[in-house]
Amino acid sequence: MDDKGCECKQRFADPDNQEPLLGILERYAGEKGALIPLLQDTQEAYGYLDEKIMRALAKGAGYQLSQVYGVATFYTQFRLEPIGEHLIRVCHGTACHVAGAELISEEISNFLGVKDGQTTPDMKFTLESVMCVGACSLSPIMIVDEDTHGKLKPANVRKVLKKYRGGNGEKEE
Amino acid sequence: MSTGGKNKLVLGYGTCGIAAGATAVKDALENELATGKYDAYLDIAGCMGFCFREPIVEVTDPDGRSVIYGDLSPKRVSRLLEAVAGGEVIEDWVVRRSDEPGAGEGDFLANQHRIVLRNCGNINPESIEEYISTGGYEAARKALTSMTPEELIDEVGKSGIRGRGGAGFPTGTKWGFARKAKGEQKYLVCNADEGDPGAFMDRSVLEGDPHAVIEGMIVAGYAIGATQAYIYCRAEYPLALKRLDIAIAACHEWGYLGQGIFGTDWDFDIKIKKGAGAFVCGEETALIASIEGKRGMPRPRPPFPANEGLWGKPTNINNVETLAAIPWIIANGGDRYASVGTEKSKGTKVFCLAGKVRRSGLAEVPMGYTLRQVIFDVGGGVREGKEFKAVQMGGPSGGCLPASLLDTLVDYDAITATGAIMGSGGMIVADSSTCMVDLARYFLSFTQEESCGKCVPCRIGTKRMLEILARICSGEGEPEDLERLDILAGDIKAGSLCALGGTAPNPVLTTLKYFRNEYEDHILRKKCTAGVCPALITLHIQEDICTGCGACAKICPVEAISGEKKEPHAIDADTCIRCKLCLSRCPEEAIYAE
Repeated sequence: MDDKGCECKQRFADPDNQEPLLGILERYAGEKGALIPLLQDTQEAYGYLDEKIMRALAKGAGYQLSQVYGVATFYTQFRLEPIGEHLIRVCHGTACHVAGAELISEEISNFLGVKDGQTTPDMKFTLESVMCVGACSLSPIMIVDEDTHGKLKPANVRKVLKKYRGGNGEKEE
Repeated sequence: MSTGGKNKLVLGYGTCGIAAGATAVKDALENELATGKYDAYLDIAGCMGFCFREPIVEVTDPDGRSVIYGDLSPKRVSRLLEAVAGGEVIEDWVVRRSDEPGAGEGDFLANQHRIVLRNCGNINPESIEEYISTGGYEAARKALTSMTPEELIDEVGKSGIRGRGGAGFPTGTKWGFARKAKGEQKYLVCNADEGDPGAFMDRSVLEGDPHAVIEGMIVAGYAIGATQAYIYCRAEYPLALKRLDIAIAACHEWGYLGQGIFGTDWDFDIKIKKGAGAFVCGEETALIASIEGKRGMPRPRPPFPANEGLWGKPTNINNVETLAAIPWIIANGGDRYASVGTEKSKGTKVFCLAGKVRRSGLAEVPMGYTLRQVIFDVGGGVREGKEFKAVQMGGPSGGCLPASLLDTLVDYDAITATGAIMGSGGMIVADSSTCMVDLARYFLSFTQEESCGKCVPCRIGTKRMLEILARICSGEGEPEDLERLDILAGDIKAGSLCALGGTAPNPVLTTLKYFRNEYEDHILRKKCTAGVCPALITLHIQEDICTGCGACAKICPVEAISGEKKEPHAIDADTCIRCKLCLSRCPEEAIYAE
């Protein structure tokens, strides 16, 4: 469990700034079938796929916007909305399901007041259900940013999340 | 293995270990070792298989004796190092010791047969030198310098190995098709899109022994005549991707990838393609569409990828586990591989044991073992001494088998005959606290979500099946629902292009077949005997156990729990929404569902 504080505020580029996108377009120029890596890198740079950015990407890489949007909505990895400072991913693989993952998600929803896929109004947390992360022996699991919290019980979910509530994205210890 | 006269410490550093806190243990070990007080050094390895005891360290002394310790933490590091320095064994932490195979969890390994996992947990996956020291890349050298492609295909055919991705098509035959296909440019693809929830074999192999997969690819590429290969790996596996990157770069340095590899005039290179999250991309034609940058939707076959695959060129696709076995087969001969297993299922299979099994982890067993041997002898049986109820094999495409089928052999045909499938190797054990109707609903919600939408029976049919299952779980099922499920299942199987739709009804069909009483309990008696489905249970507090601490009342989101301090509390069944938060919060375990 890496204890590095993340540099959340500056981690993503603003969708009005097209400079990172131009760099990405250049990286894949001339490569056939590169739409998925293009979108992956773009999401990494901007945190999500903003409409403006998708339009610019389509134009720059020579795709129809419908193609870009079609691929972006087909794969679960792509997000069309910005995410909060901390991304909570609750594993819903089979082992986690059998171990009570639904109760974990429910408890987080109760605590944060958001449903699966939503972000808290203060942009602190985004809650996401994910399929198997492959750490089945630790089920049920949630991953907050890069930290894995395994063998969870609904009762200790709040305690874990409170650690991430501090200012500047730093964890309170 | 020689340790150079020092004590060698190897930390299990795969995703499972890291998730359990191996990084903090690594930092603590490094800090302590940096003091120079101990005559020992630290290395890392991939998953050793003992996921249930992570973080894990294997200590090998200068005489070659090894002890594996589990459940480590930074606090335990100094005690560990003192014991190592003093030549002492900390009995309580032992997972396995080489001089006492029966100690700890020793029989977990003793009951396995490791071919694919031969190096996993034994070598540093980020070091090509360590892989080479185990005889690595000798099989590829032998293949490229002394065998013809046809001889290779024969050898693999002789081994009898069948595709480990789930379908079980004979690998040698598949290579033969791609070899014979006409076309100047051919492609090889390694399918590492392990989307099956509850399966992590491919991830563990890629993290623990990436060079074995690459070596298998070099052999396969040469055999079919492909100079360019792709590894299509889930983006959700960052550590596997990182180790593949490192391994591929090292191969370029050593002349094992690139132009004129192994001093021959054969060119071969590998590119990594990151999947973007779509279960259907495990299907060959969908995977090809995804590499081409399109939505991952399957297409009708024929033409098969062997003739018209990636960019319309002949393409051969093999799974990670299949490819990792290839170097062993070439080095040891197909006959030796075929000497393990059953008549029609040769060699070994890697399984991921998870769920309510005591030893949850990674295990490789010979084909022909019974499920009982895998779950009880290797897996140690059910956790907390509870009773075995079912094993789910093959994930969303597979099925749930009851205790009466525990003597079924691990064999493609024997397992298919039960209604389940061998699948990629996920094995989820269920006990009395697992509701089989809820489990079927869970898998249908998965396949319904993951259906690409191309075939109507799959797109709409899985949705209808899910609605019926949800209705049964919420206590509103009708007796006719069971027949409706059966009809829908048949239509979906018959009317879907690919295996996703073709197998999606399996979890429902097998639970209907083997656990019909649970469906009937839900529909006729409005009971969920496992205590899982919220609408069909009531929660109670046992008065004689409750201490009145108030923890349950505090967490209850609807204020359904009341009681005086230090007096037994009670739940108002009318207000209770059966979220079961109180159940997990109670320190005395006084709350139960029925």
